[in-house]
Amino acid sequence: MPIIAEYEYLKVKSMEEALKIKSEYGNKAKVIAGGTDLIPLLKENYIRPEILIDLKGLKEIYEIKIKNNFIRIGAGVTFADIIKSKTIKKYFPILWEASMTVASVGVRNRATVAGNICSAVPCADSAGPLLVYNADLIVVSEKGERKIKIEDWFTGPKKTSLNEDEILLFIDIPILKNKNAGCYLKLSRYEGEDLAQGSLTILKTGEEYKIAFGSLGPTPKRAYKTEEYLKGKKINDNVVSHVQKIIVDEISPITDIRATKEYREHMAKVMIKRGIEKTISRYYNGKPKYGEGMIE
Amino acid sequence: MKTHKIKFKLNGETVLAEVKPNEVLIDFLRYKLGVKSPKIGCDRGDCGTCTVIMNGKTVRSCLVLAVEADGSEIITVEGANKNKITQKLQKKLHEKNAFQCGFCAPGMILSATELLTENPKPTKEEIKEAISGNLCRCTGYEPIVQAIEETAKRENGE
Ligand code: FES
Ligand code: FES
Repeated sequence: MPIIAEYEYLKVKSMEEALKIKSEYGNKAKVIAGGTDLIPLLKENYIRPEILIDLKGLKEIYEIKIKNNFIRIGAGVTFADIIKSKTIKKYFPILWEASMTVASVGVRNRATVAGNICSAVPCADSAGPLLVYNADLIVVSEKGERKIKIEDWFTGPKKTSLNEDEILLFIDIPILKNKNAGCYLKLSRYEGEDLAQGSLTILKTGEEYKIAFGSLGPTPKRAYKTEEYLKGKKINDNVVSHVQKIIVDEISPITDIRATKEYREHMAKVMIKRGIEKTISRYYNGKPKYGEGMIE
Repeated sequence: MKTHKIKFKLNGETVLAEVKPNEVLIDFLRYKLGVKSPKIGCDRGDCGTCTVIMNGKTVRSCLVLAVEADGSEIITVEGANKNKITQKLQKKLHEKNAFQCGFCAPGMILSATELLTENPKPTKEEIKEAISGNLCRCTGYEPIVQAIEETAKRENGE
């Protein structure tokens, strides 16, 4: 399918150059890193930019680096890089686990985590882990740099709080000091190549739980009420069945080509039960290993 | 729309070309260069039949712009059989009669080549995961998975 839109293309040599174009063109300038989301949009003539800014020539965007108390992931880091990174596997195993479920190897070799959250589709696989890990997003423009909390990032389907003249440069994730465990569960029709019909991320640190949903509302989102309820509770069947009741209030799924609203609601209950069980088992017994049980 | 001069290696040979920023790599390879092993299936990243190896990694050439190929090294099945692993794999696939229509074959072969290069002793699960983005509508995958497994075994002298 040819791309109908006509636009210029520039592989920038410095971030300054990119920001200058961004401030001039605003939304008419699109940033391309992996292109796995952007190119289908171009083909469908859904977006018609005047210029594409290719960031792939910039060295600074490829780092996965331990800073003082956080880890910095550059805008050019792909899901394949995340999967290969021992640092990510050690410190943020849930992000690692979620990355394994992204599409297929050929897509993961190009698709970036930063691009994934910039496209801000409700099913973005990295969103849940970044939400429970409380990531900070470092965005830059000609005016300077600012930090956006991940929970303030998603403002609607395919919408973010990134301004027209800004570019997402780094994702900073604070390193957890205490023992923790969690999981990423994704409901999809088949392995490899499918978008989530629903996803659940859980992180347990001590007596606290952080929970996030994807594809079960207009944006990926934390489930604060459920988190509050679970805080300090000893997990048993009663607690789980109560969680299954309250979880439905926290989501607002829709019917679309991938699944119906009713099915998604039902599956949210199933997923939260499985997710809690998996999290508890990982927290106390270290089993199943992260990424395990992906293809049965 | 300005055209761009690009230079890259295709199956070991240098290619010089002028492309528009809205040309997609798969179309450029097939229609301008006449390289027909990568196929167009879904044209949106789902089926894997357009797979090529770019700088050592499989990518979906329907999701790459031709201009992004500048400075890269691209390998398609036409050139992959210089690679020992690919040769052995192709032989096994042949022995097992692993394909029927063959539409998925170029993508499958490159995905499996990437897997066996990075991970010479894959488990069955790892094999399935590695080719899970390559759809085959004919075979049911079993003979393909077996051929990859057996290639790995031979590689490791088992
Ligand atoms: S044609 Fe590229 S993935 Fe299907
Ligand atoms: S052999 Fe026909 S699609 Fe795979």
